[in-house]
Parts: sequence; C-alpha cells; structure tokens
Amino acid sequence: MFDFVSFIPRAVVQSVPLLFGSTGETLTEKSGNLNLGIPGIMYVGGICGVIGAFFYEQSLPSPDAINGFLAVMIPLLSCLIGSLLMGLLYCFLTVSLRANQNVTGLAMTTFGVGFGNFFGGSLIKLTASDVPSIALSNTSSFFSKSLPFADKLGWFGKIFLSYGFLAYLSIAIAFIAAYVLKKTRVGLHLRAVGESPETADAAGINVNRYKYVATCTGSMIAGLGGLYYVMDYACGVWSNDAFGDRGWLAIALVIFTIWRPNWGVLSSLLFGGLYILYLFIPTGMNLCIKELYKMLPYVVTIIVLVITSMRNKREDQPPASLGLAYFREER
Amino acid sequence: MNNKSRGPLVHIVKRGNIPWYKSWLIRGASIVIALIVCAVVTTLLTGENPIQIYATMFKGAFGTPRKIWILLQNLSLLLCISLALTPAFKMRFWNIGGEGQVLIGGLATAACMILLGDKIPNWALIIIMVIAAMVAGAVWGGIPAFFKAKWNTNETLFTLMMNYVAIQLVAFFVIVWEVPKGAGKIGIINQSTMAGWLPQIGNYKYLLNIIIVALITIGMYVYLNYSKHGYEISVVGESERTARYVGIKVERVIVRTMLLSGALCGVAGLLLVGGTDHTITTTIAGGRGYTAIMVAWLANFNPFIMIFASLLLVFLSRGSAEISTIFGLNHSFADILTGIILFFIIGSEFFVKYKLSFRKSAKKEAK
Repeated sequence: MFDFVSFIPRAVVQSVPLLFGSTGETLTEKSGNLNLGIPGIMYVGGICGVIGAFFYEQSLPSPDAINGFLAVMIPLLSCLIGSLLMGLLYCFLTVSLRANQNVTGLAMTTFGVGFGNFFGGSLIKLTASDVPSIALSNTSSFFSKSLPFADKLGWFGKIFLSYGFLAYLSIAIAFIAAYVLKKTRVGLHLRAVGESPETADAAGINVNRYKYVATCTGSMIAGLGGLYYVMDYACGVWSNDAFGDRGWLAIALVIFTIWRPNWGVLSSLLFGGLYILYLFIPTGMNLCIKELYKMLPYVVTIIVLVITSMRNKREDQPPASLGLAYFREER
Repeated sequence: MNNKSRGPLVHIVKRGNIPWYKSWLIRGASIVIALIVCAVVTTLLTGENPIQIYATMFKGAFGTPRKIWILLQNLSLLLCISLALTPAFKMRFWNIGGEGQVLIGGLATAACMILLGDKIPNWALIIIMVIAAMVAGAVWGGIPAFFKAKWNTNETLFTLMMNYVAIQLVAFFVIVWEVPKGAGKIGIINQSTMAGWLPQIGNYKYLLNIIIVALITIGMYVYLNYSKHGYEISVVGESERTARYVGIKVERVIVRTMLLSGALCGVAGLLLVGGTDHTITTTIAGGRGYTAIMVAWLANFNPFIMIFASLLLVFLSRGSAEISTIFGLNHSFADILTGIILFFIIGSEFFVKYKLSFRKSAKKEAK
C-alpha cells in the first residue's frame, strides 16, 4: 500500500520552495521579464538568511538567550534584502540598460549560486569563528515550529498542520498574487505591461516602474524559497549545492501553471511529489530505475510546454512581450 | 509652474553606426572597471593587496607549462561549445541546452567505448564514436527545434528541461555501467587497453583537442559569413517575416541549424569523454553549457573574438581557483568574479548601442 501519510508531508516540504520560486517568477514574467536568474536569487536568499542568522547566533552570549522574534525576523529581513538587491540588479541591467534578459539571467544564476556556495563554504573562515560547521539549529527550530496541537490530530495533523510558518506563507502569497493579478487594477496594468508595453505606455502606465516593482517583488518572494529550504527543510544546515536545480524547476512550474499563481499551489505539490516519488516506488535492488524516475518532473514540464503550444489557446500563452526589452522610441 | 516644459534630465538616444574601435573601447573599459571591482572584492575578502592577487591569478593560470596546457584545454572545450551554440543564437533561437547536448554526446561516446571497446579495431571504434556523439547531440538539439518550428514551442525552457533529462539519463547509465558494482561511478573506461581513447599527438595530451577546436573555429567563421546557410541564419535571426517573404523555409532553417548546433555540442562531449576525461559523470560538462552562452553573446557571435572571451572566463576560473586554494576559500569564488565581470560587460552593451544626452541648461535653450 502506498504510504500517503508519509508521502504527502514530504511532497509538501519539497513543494514549498518551488511554490515561492514560481509565484515570484510568475509576477516577474507578467511584467515581461523572463528572469532566468531565479535559481541564483534563491541561493542568495538562502545564504543571506544564513548569514543573518549566523551573526545573530554568534552575537548571543549563550544559545539559550535566543529571542524567538529576532531569530525569525533577522534571517527573514536579510533574505529579503539580499534577494531585493539581486532583483534590482536584474532590473537595472535589463530594464534601464535594456540588456538581453537571457544572458543577464544566466549571469545572475552563475553569480548567485557562486555567492551562496562561496559564503556557505567560507563564512566560518572569513569571520574566524570557532564553530566546526554552519548549523543554525536554534534559529531553524523557530522556522520549523508547527502548531502545538498538530501532533495530537493523527494523520490529519501530519498532512495539514505539521509545517513551519513559511509553508503557509507560501500558499498565502500565491493566492494573494493570483488575486492581485486577476482582480485588481494594479494587476491589470501589470498584465498590460507584459502583453504590450507600447499600449500600456500609451495608456499612461509607467512601464519601467511596473517592471521594476514586479521583478523586485518577484525576486523577494523567490528568495523566501531559498530561506525556507535552508531554515526549515535542511534544519539550518547549509551544504553547498544542496539546493540543486529547484530554481530551474520553479521556472518550469511557471509554464506548468500557465502563469496562474493559484494553480501553483497544487501544481507545486504535484512537482514536489514527482521530485521525491522515486523514494517511494519499490524498485527492489534495481537502483538505476530510480534515476529514471527523477526525470519525471522535467519530462512532465516538456509535455505541458508542447501541449500548451499545440493547443495555442490565447489565454494559455506566455505574456506576449516576454523576454523583450522595451524602448519607447523603437518601433 | 514655469518649469513644466522642461525635458527629462537624461535623454537616451539610439546610436547610429558606431566605429568598431569605439565600441571595443567601451567594452574594454568595462572589463577594466570590472577587474578593478573584482580586485576590491578579493581584497576585502582576503586582505591581500590587489596587485598581489592578480599576480597570484596569473601564476595560477599560466604558472607552469602544465597549467598552460590545462588552460588551453579548458579554453578549447569552452570555445567548442560556444561555437556550437553560435549559429542557433544568431538565429535568435535560445539554446540553453548546450549542457545537455554535451552530456548526451559524451554519453554516446562512453557507450561506444564500453560496449564496443576491444571488439572492433580501434580506428573503427573511433569513427563510430564520432558519429554516435554527433548524432546524439543532434537529436538532443533537434527535438526542441522541431517543436519550435512546428508549433512555436518556447525553446528556452524546452532546451533547459532537456538538460535535466540528459543528466538523469547519464545518472541512470552510470549506475548501469558502474565499476565496481555499487561504486556509483564508472571510473576510467578501458584504462588498460585504452580502446576508444582519442589518439595523442606526440607528448601533448591535449593537442588534438586544441587542433580540432581550432579547425571548428575557422569552419564556423566561414560557415556563418560566407555560406548560403549562414546568410539564411542571419536573415531568420533579423526578421522571420523577411525570411519568409524572400522564400527562405524558416522551419527548415531552424531544424537544420539546431541539428548542427547539437552535433557540435556532441563533438564537445566526445572531446571531453574520449579525449580528456575517459569517464562520464553527470557533472562532466561542468556548467560550460551555460558559460558558453555568455561567451557566444559577449563575442557578438564572432568566432575569433570568442577565443578571447573564453580565454577571459577560463583565466578567471583557473586564477580564482588558485586564490581560493591559497587562502582556503571556497572554489565558488570563481563564479562570483565571473558574475561581476559579466554584469559589467552586459551593462556596457547599453553604452555601445545608445548614448546619453544630458539636458542642456535652461538658459542656453532660452537664448
């Protein structure tokens, strides 16, 4: 019998970083920016949180003196600031300087992943502290704190209530983003900017401001995915390259959800499930089959990509000006 | 109120033609500024003076003949992949799948070496390896191209996903062929017989790779600039509608170009597996597929300038590896420096294409 009670919580914890990343990337893409730097931004978000928490824990006289509020707020803020800076950099290059978005995004990913791994691997050396490894289990315990009565509710508590607050935040943000995009004037303007910046400009919408705000907000949301991964999923232990390719999967998820953040909640769960499915499929001694199962999320994305392009439905298409820089004087 | 008619402080104007020396001056200046910023960052992190740092980096990259050979070998591989991606990019086909195409080419090579090694004469094996690697790469590049041509499927994300499919495929075969069982890696293939190893010229282990890539460079330059195919590629890249209007079969050009691009990536995989590493792992391409995109773009798709662009990036990675070893820092330091330099070069393109004209003071305009 397939063990759903242990499968679903594990799929959920896998899905949270993907959901953060894809919600952020959806907002970004709705403004016409294809930000391939998301994987890098998620690394930066994660490591900035780690750096913040590290300095906070180091500054304490003893581990017991930790203040729950500060222990959450300091990593959270440093994560947001770090990913905001990355978002600003991306915007400055692609919106103000009209650079090619693909190249900029890839450079950001190179930089961001390098940044994360570098500080993850050298933080102790650089600050000359005497701890053997970065293990922020104290901070992490605040991030992964679940509701106190979750344990008592049996399978229900395990499936729905056993997560840290960031997991619920990710779902809330996804729904808020969906609401803003679909139902508010700001969302309408944002979609106009992504579909046809010329028209939006003619209608008096400040195209560059929308692009900046959407991309920076998107980066900050994506950065939270990195923070969730280190603080909650990995229990505050940073290990290099552990975050892996989740950033790219988040971008794939954007296509999978055909640019609808509210669909992201369930699709990210599906992706998270596919991501760890290989752990739950009995393969016996045949280890190599597991490697093929790990292919599933990518193959599914490709299939969705092909199907959406074949059906060619107008509402399922990417924003029309995705990947293009806008220059008012160009025709 | 009387200031209402004032224009914006800075006005951006598109440049017409800019003399080539001026545009390279701008790019060169950006690299110099970037190198200074890199030096400052390194100084902040290590406390060493910047000149010392660049001296160390030079020593790390060019210090001994062996280091120079490694540098040239890395350079040739990066260049090979960049060249492979160039025709696709010139066509505005964003092939981010270089990594996967290289891997799959390497996998095909390794498969031939493992399955056919010692069963057929070495020369025949090598010919089969070359064909297999090119076909595998071409198929991997051709699939997204087919869907792009037929249904306009987004190629950026398609090729990206194909990378991961390739990685998992390699991971699968690594376990199938692992030596010894349970080791989780293949190890050096045919170590005793050296079957399927590309021949070595004289005592120089990497010379063959370098020569092959040099030939590809010249070939690619001629192909892009002096052949009908190259012309078609640039027309499709500039404007698909124009291409259709003048009777170019756009779909065919897309698929054909991507087959070529993928096949050349496959060659890079062949050189990696057959020529240097003699093994296959999931990380054998080492992110070169992504770096190559930036090389091709930085060089403005000119094969000869690509040599310098890849030299710059390889120098940075080798040099900063040396720094991180000496100062006990993490090896990802190279990525940070590369990132900084790329940001500056990317930014500098703006000043090549546009010029800023500042608002003249109101008094002057009044007169």
